[in-house]
Amino acid sequence: MKRRSFLKISLLTSGALLVGVGCMRKSVDQPTAGDAWIANLYVRINPDGTVAIVSKNPEAGQGVKTAFPMVVAECLDVDWNKVKVEQAPLDDRYGRQVVGGSRGTPDGWDDLRIAGTAARQVLVAAAAAEWGVAEDECTTASGVVLHAASSRELAYENLLEAAAGMPVPDPSDLKLKSRPEDFKLLGSFVPGVDNHKVLTGQPLFGCDVRLDGMLYAVFEKCPTFGGRVTSANVDEIRNLPGVTHAFVVEGTDNLEGLMPGVAIVAETWWDAQSARRKLRVEWDKPHADSTSDYKRQATALLESDGDTMRHDGDIDAAMQSANQVVEATYYYPFVSHANMEPQTCTALYRDDGTLELWAPSQNPRGGRQLISQTLGIPESDIHVNLERIGGGFGRRLRHDFMVEVAWIAKEIGRPVQLQWTREDDMRHDFYRPAAWHDFRAGIDSDGRMVAFDHHFVTFGRNGEPVSGAGLSPRHYPAGLVPNFRLRQSIIETNVPTGPWRAPGHSAYCWAYQSFFDEVALAAGRDQLEFRLDLLSHVYGEPPLDVERTSGTLRVAAEKAGWGSRKLGPNRAMGMAFHFDHGGFVSHVAEVVADGSSIKVEKVFSGVDIGPVINMSGAKNQVEGAVVDALSTAQLEITFADGAAQQGNFSDYPLLRIDQAPEVEVHFIQSDNSPSGLGEPPFAPATPAIANAIFAATGTRIRELPFRRAGINI
Amino acid sequence: MSAVTLSINGQSHTLDVGPDMPLLWALRDKLNFTGTKYSCGIGVCGACTVLVNGVPMRSCTIPTVSMAGAEITTIEGLDPDGNHPVQKAWNAEDVPQCGYCQAGQVLTAAALLERNPEPTDEDIDAAMAGVLCRCGTYPRIRKAIKRAAREGGVS
Repeated sequence: MKRRSFLKISLLTSGALLVGVGCMRKSVDQPTAGDAWIANLYVRINPDGTVAIVSKNPEAGQGVKTAFPMVVAECLDVDWNKVKVEQAPLDDRYGRQVVGGSRGTPDGWDDLRIAGTAARQVLVAAAAAEWGVAEDECTTASGVVLHAASSRELAYENLLEAAAGMPVPDPSDLKLKSRPEDFKLLGSFVPGVDNHKVLTGQPLFGCDVRLDGMLYAVFEKCPTFGGRVTSANVDEIRNLPGVTHAFVVEGTDNLEGLMPGVAIVAETWWDAQSARRKLRVEWDKPHADSTSDYKRQATALLESDGDTMRHDGDIDAAMQSANQVVEATYYYPFVSHANMEPQTCTALYRDDGTLELWAPSQNPRGGRQLISQTLGIPESDIHVNLERIGGGFGRRLRHDFMVEVAWIAKEIGRPVQLQWTREDDMRHDFYRPAAWHDFRAGIDSDGRMVAFDHHFVTFGRNGEPVSGAGLSPRHYPAGLVPNFRLRQSIIETNVPTGPWRAPGHSAYCWAYQSFFDEVALAAGRDQLEFRLDLLSHVYGEPPLDVERTSGTLRVAAEKAGWGSRKLGPNRAMGMAFHFDHGGFVSHVAEVVADGSSIKVEKVFSGVDIGPVINMSGAKNQVEGAVVDALSTAQLEITFADGAAQQGNFSDYPLLRIDQAPEVEVHFIQSDNSPSGLGEPPFAPATPAIANAIFAATGTRIRELPFRRAGINI
Repeated sequence: MSAVTLSINGQSHTLDVGPDMPLLWALRDKLNFTGTKYSCGIGVCGACTVLVNGVPMRSCTIPTVSMAGAEITTIEGLDPDGNHPVQKAWNAEDVPQCGYCQAGQVLTAAALLERNPEPTDEDIDAAMAGVLCRCGTYPRIRKAIKRAAREGGVS
């Protein structure tokens, strides 16, 4: 196949062999120049036989720091423990440096294999030349080139200089391993490379950064999003114990930028936070958004026509001729990211006008741009080090915490660490937006869903959905039913929203798949059979790969014993399928009911993401996503007077271990290009559990959190 | 400000703190024991857990001055080489995802096994329910505690 990647192989002065994989395109820092070579990845084979991968993406617990070296080790044919990852800083020589969209693995898959395979090829070529034998007579194992016929062998580290002189392979000609049955290392269970540091408490996270003379900062913003400071008693605050600086930050109008507030800097974080308790600020509040008002608006909008986003067939005629029509409205609330590590960032502004940051950021380049625009520092004078992220989930794709600490650092000229409180974090999040879904389904005399009418009431600004509030007109069941209509209405909001683990999908999948349950029930059909049948008829362009989706559903159902295993009293199962971010996942949940108290005992997962790279990391993502989905289904953020009403885990209680189900994960492996797994397993977990709760109790959950339906986990 | 002497991981540290500074911030900002993590600040999430005389406690709500004479164990001191049975089991089961809450999880589990070497599922749930994890590593925490109990070595 033709690949767009380019290879560079060179010998470093250290004697190491450097293999770079990149592409030709315009560089970030010189966009007006012609195409330049932009590195995606460097692999360095050191003279001591170790191999280093320079990883350009930060680690947030998604496991790339372990998965990436596994791919190189597989293709280069070295022992796994010889490969190490070095975290790169933000650097314009690299392409995209973002954790998000489950893109790490799919984006890295080709480049990592090219690097490993090409390096192995030049090493083999060097050995063959040395011995005067044909390359195809040579094999490799554990970092050694072997020539069986003459019983000769050469370790890679003894071939580096010669390998650098070999012809650089054309990436298009490389035969890359892609089939799970050909893998030796990939697909095995490998613990995370940072586990030792995590488990012995070594510095690793953004908040672990310690610099000489470093001060600690807190930043108080208006509880009402976008509120400005009219007055603050900073003179009084400045005299409190340990406090070195206190000042008003005028800020900007950009909800995703530097918001107005008051900065307090002190010798310790506790000093800063203690002083903050004595802070008195008068705010100019620009709005008074509230959950109750949103609901009033939604009720009115649900009665309106909305804007038609798609109409296939003839929805009105199909409903009229339907044998049965099922209707229901679903609602889910705003939710917060609630990363265990509240937002934090460290910065140093130097006398020469340069700024250095230590940032747990999912998108450091975006942060650098925002800082440059806000502070007027050229991007070339801003250096960003990437720190391990204490939970991403999309929150750290925004840069508010970075620009805040940058501003404070420039003001005080000393190294400073900004640490938000939990309350700051929960009350100044970029929330997953709420929405209402009004569904009508028409069922024909064969029990098939032949019409699907959907009114989506979401949140927007100036008539356009805000971040995370959109819904694709191509989303299923569009393309799976002959008559389909999607209408959209928008509630204007002043609340900041943003990407939240599987944006959109993580919320609306529950609505769709719960409603499918209602339709199947009305049609008198088995839930599995109904869904497989739905996936077997395509009208126009399919919204997803129906074969792969069905495959995951069959596996989850079979492993759960759907329809075959006899369940005891008060015990029931529910199911859901979904596709997002390249991954196909179905879950079957098994619950036990004691009245309205539910124990989610076990979730059986069928997952198709192509080949599995690290079985441990992959299963961890599925297990964690199921727990996270059950947790989130118990939570909501509400607003009053333009501010979030929840502030800590006391009123936003994440799931605890005694509520967590067992998760049994089954992969359907193939040589399809791999997708990431940070997002796909989340969405179908909520409806699988909700559908099981219905089956066990007869209570259909049409509003989240579950307790609105009287259900306790 | 008053001087207080703390015994942390078997070593003595004398420092000046105000009367209400929680142990968490003395550890993190005064003594650079950054392994202990801040998350909620009100003692409900368990991320800041340390062992005080072997008992898991929330360092974000304990006044530092009250800790004079106590034996404090932070994650840095459990076993710096990572050879404590709980650390080994945590790695073998590959528990961490983002890893931020894991110091609290590991220390709480170590204390559980110290007093109950063969915990049941209910014992594990009861002991661990106070330590939150947004990544959802709970199923692996259960497995790792059972592995640590099985493979033993906790005196």
